[in-house]
Amino acid sequence: MGDFFGVLTNGNNGRVFLDGFTNTVELFVIAALCSLTLGMLLGAMRVSPVPTLRAFGAGYVNIVRNTPLTLVFAFLIFAVPKLGLNINPFPSACVALTVYTAAFVCEVVRSGINTVPTGQGEAARALGMTFGQVLGLIVLPQAVRSMVPPLMSVLIAMLKNTTIAAGFSVLEAGAIQDYMSERGEPRFGVLLWVTIGFLILILPLVAFQRYLERKWAVAR
Amino acid sequence: MRPFTVAGMTEAKGTVAGVTEADAAAGAGVGAGPLVQLEGVNKHFGHLHVLRDVDLAVARGEVVVVIGPSGSGKSTLCRAINRLETIDSGRIVFDGQPLPAEGRSLARLRADVGMVFQSFNLFAHRTILQNVTLGPIKVRKEKPAEARERAMSLLERVGIASQADKYPAQLSGGQQQRAAIARALAMRPKAMLFDEPTSALDPEMVGEVLDVMTALAGEGMTMIVVTHEMGFARHAANRVVFMADGQLVEQAGPEEFFANPRSDRAKDFLSKILTH
Ligand SMILES: Nc1ncnc2c1ncn2[C@@H]1O[C@H](COP(=O)(O)OP(=O)(O)OP(=O)(O)O)[C@@H](O)[C@H]1O
Ligand SMILES: [Mg+2]
Repeated sequence: MGDFFGVLTNGNNGRVFLDGFTNTVELFVIAALCSLTLGMLLGAMRVSPVPTLRAFGAGYVNIVRNTPLTLVFAFLIFAVPKLGLNINPFPSACVALTVYTAAFVCEVVRSGINTVPTGQGEAARALGMTFGQVLGLIVLPQAVRSMVPPLMSVLIAMLKNTTIAAGFSVLEAGAIQDYMSERGEPRFGVLLWVTIGFLILILPLVAFQRYLERKWAVAR
Repeated sequence: MRPFTVAGMTEAKGTVAGVTEADAAAGAGVGAGPLVQLEGVNKHFGHLHVLRDVDLAVARGEVVVVIGPSGSGKSTLCRAINRLETIDSGRIVFDGQPLPAEGRSLARLRADVGMVFQSFNLFAHRTILQNVTLGPIKVRKEKPAEARERAMSLLERVGIASQADKYPAQLSGGQQQRAAIARALAMRPKAMLFDEPTSALDPEMVGEVLDVMTALAGEGMTMIVVTHEMGFARHAANRVVFMADGQLVEQAGPEEFFANPRSDRAKDFLSKILTH
């Protein structure tokens, strides 16, 4: 047991954990905000009246969703610098996670939109609302409720996907175990602590989901 | 619970007649010629030819009732007029302008054409009052206070002012449909399209909606009404159009149409609905 807690307290191990998880949280928050935004835009494209936008949205989803995340990372971190663009691993990881996760957000948004009866959009168009107004004022507000649970799943998956950045020299929580085993800490104890760390990070997400679901359950 | 009484309905009818005269007068005489004109309109759904060379002109202030068997294309015709349904060939002109293809000019045109749906389609996440004010505020850019005041007087006219703060799901079908009519009128439309506005209603609520529509017709609103309510057609319509298999088979004034239908299709149709 002393060993187990020692993993956190020995030397500057606490510091390593803290830095790792801080990077994870930063990576997560930035990529979550960006991928929600990009995913919304892509979702709007997929239902827009403009055929080229619809085709672009569909193409994006089909290509990105079927590419392994490690390849997206590898492309951004190894291939892009070869083009003469010199970007650091951390922003690259943000971009990789955003590009990848946005495709999933897009599909959640689109299926959420499909849960709203077509008559709602038709009535809004018949009043003379623009596409943006129909979506923003009528359809999306009614779609979000059904979008919350699948969106949270996508975000939780993304939180865990941040560990892939460890393989591309971003020191986040997924990198802690290699670092620690070099210092001779027990692998099993380290893994457990990292897992506990992730569980602690996921809790607020679950609480937030509950809150949103309860909030929107009453209005209507 | 059915909160609506006969007294409530007559009150609704009386107030509707009072207020729109100014709106109707403002709408009339803006331009010459028909307000709505369809020329050689064709529409397919896949292999199904739903509208066949449809020609129709509706004058300002005219009330046209469209009847015909199920699947004859009445809804499609109605929806084509504000381009909720695109057409394959032909021309639709509204108030002297061909229908724009997409974008802001189409939105502007739609703002001038009120539409009432069979299933009401009130915005489920907004109160009745918000349903009525949303168009004027967001599309017409009216001041919220003004829009609210006008919305309340419209709700008064259709007899549901007391329901203003409820959500659509809390209202009866008849009340929802009257709210939907108020929502359309709030845009000060030049014409109103009704696609079977009473078909989804329980029988005892049909009257309250037809009363509102009859009053509107009496005020000079240009109306295209798809309905199976022959009573409404008889006393509120200027013209009855009979559709079958995507074609306008015959049209006449209501008395003449119901007394002497010329085509066999119309005779057959009338004998079927009148024997029930
Ligand atoms: N979106 C669509 N896709 C394919 N076919 C359609 C579509 N909408 C309507 N149709 C078909 O087109 C034909 C005409 O439909 P429409 O709704 O205009 O008829 P209607 O006269 O309004 O009938 P009803 O009295 O049943 O409302 C019908 O056969 C219908 O099945
Ligand atoms: Mg129909």
